[in-house]
Amino acid sequence: MTLIDFIQRLLGRDKPSGALARERLQLVLAHDRSDLNPELLEQMRREILEVVQKYVEIDLESGDVSLETGDRVTALVANLPIRRARPLAIPRTAGADMPDGVVGHGEIGASTDQRTDPDEVDAEKAAVADPPLPG
Amino acid sequence: MSTHDAVTPASARIILICSGKGGVGKTTLTANLGIALARLGERTVVIDADFGLRNLDLLLGLENRIVYTAQEVLAGSCRLEQALVKHKLEPNLSLMPAGNPRMLEWLTPDDMKTVANLVAERSDYVLIDCPAGVEQGFKNAAAACREAIVITTPEMSAVRDADRVIGLLNSQGIQPVQLVLNRVRPKMVANQEMLAVDDVTDILALPLLGLVVEDEQVIVSTNRGEPLTLNGTSSPAARAYVNVARRLRGEGVPLIDPSKERRGLRARLMAKLRKSGNS
Ligand SMILES: Nc1ncnc2c1ncn2[C@@H]1O[C@H](COP(=O)(O)OP(=O)(O)O)[C@@H](O)[C@H]1O
Ligand SMILES: [Mg+2]
Repeated sequence: MTLIDFIQRLLGRDKPSGALARERLQLVLAHDRSDLNPELLEQMRREILEVVQKYVEIDLESGDVSLETGDRVTALVANLPIRRARPLAIPRTAGADMPDGVVGHGEIGASTDQRTDPDEVDAEKAAVADPPLPG
Repeated sequence: MSTHDAVTPASARIILICSGKGGVGKTTLTANLGIALARLGERTVVIDADFGLRNLDLLLGLENRIVYTAQEVLAGSCRLEQALVKHKLEPNLSLMPAGNPRMLEWLTPDDMKTVANLVAERSDYVLIDCPAGVEQGFKNAAAACREAIVITTPEMSAVRDADRVIGLLNSQGIQPVQLVLNRVRPKMVANQEMLAVDDVTDILALPLLGLVVEDEQVIVSTNRGEPLTLNGTSSPAARAYVNVARRLRGEGVPLIDPSKERRGLRARLMAKLRKSGNS
């Protein structure tokens, strides 16, 4: 590490490459392990947003649906800041494609993701288990 | 292929040494671990399953003593003892040399199983030096093992490839799978310019069997054809390989992270306290 690097680091301008490697690896492994192709992931992301938007108005700009990984388990994490609920948007008896109980806050599917960020109480989180790797 | 229906004694451990990526230290680990186990009194056979790019013979200094190979054993044109090359300085260790690269055209997982089970009959440990990649060569070698050691370096591409291999081993039900982290540079880790030991074990979620630092002596010993573990524990890497052997045998040898060793006494004490508080 040169002196310049060191000063940059002190000023917090430059992330150490070790930490960068860790972050990049975790992201790429989340995709490797899930074995979802980017196109499918994008389609799923759009559909999830559509479903959620039926119930609540979400901030699409800061919304984010992504894969995260830890301990060889991959989680689908949707972080969708809610602007406000849409009280009259959906009749009480939702269609067959719309299971009851998926309203407002909470979880979609079986969550294995226990971390909750206190700053994002209005976030939706969902997780899918890691599918078995192809043979 | 002739089929030898070998009945393997339950005690023989057949361990695959694999990594996905090439050049991360599989063959070096196989040679050093083989010698270390033999020195500890275990009857050990190392199998060169890297038919395409074989060099386990070179690392062991046995390249001029090969007459027959796994190929002749499988063809039934030589006896097993004729193909096994006993190490000149460590009689508890033998090498099963890889055959001609053209063997790759017809070799099957069952062939590798046959060879491994045959040598397992007369040994305590069988180490299989796996080729790089996740294709047929890997599948052949993996079919023959009962457990595995995945070796990686703290570099992104090596860790990513290791992850893929671990997934394949898991899907084949191979258990246990343990991790050896090779070529760690304590100074770079301390400067946070390299993935830390904890980073790699967290990401791969495997128990750590050993930690080998970057050590020039590895290259010197390769030049000589004498694995470091032949000369005891004279260098840091040699110590690490011997410790891997001892942990494999179930000895509780503590793992020391060299990049944390240089931290202050206070930091180390705090880490200890936190650890004992958790357990
Ligand atoms: N701990 C180490 N320190 C320094 N060099 C090493 C270390 N481990 C392996 N090497 C070197 O790395 C290269 C690749 O090692 P090798 O065992 O042949 O890898 P693989 O069998 O996985 O392809 C060799 O030149 C070897 O000397
Ligand atoms: Mg090799």
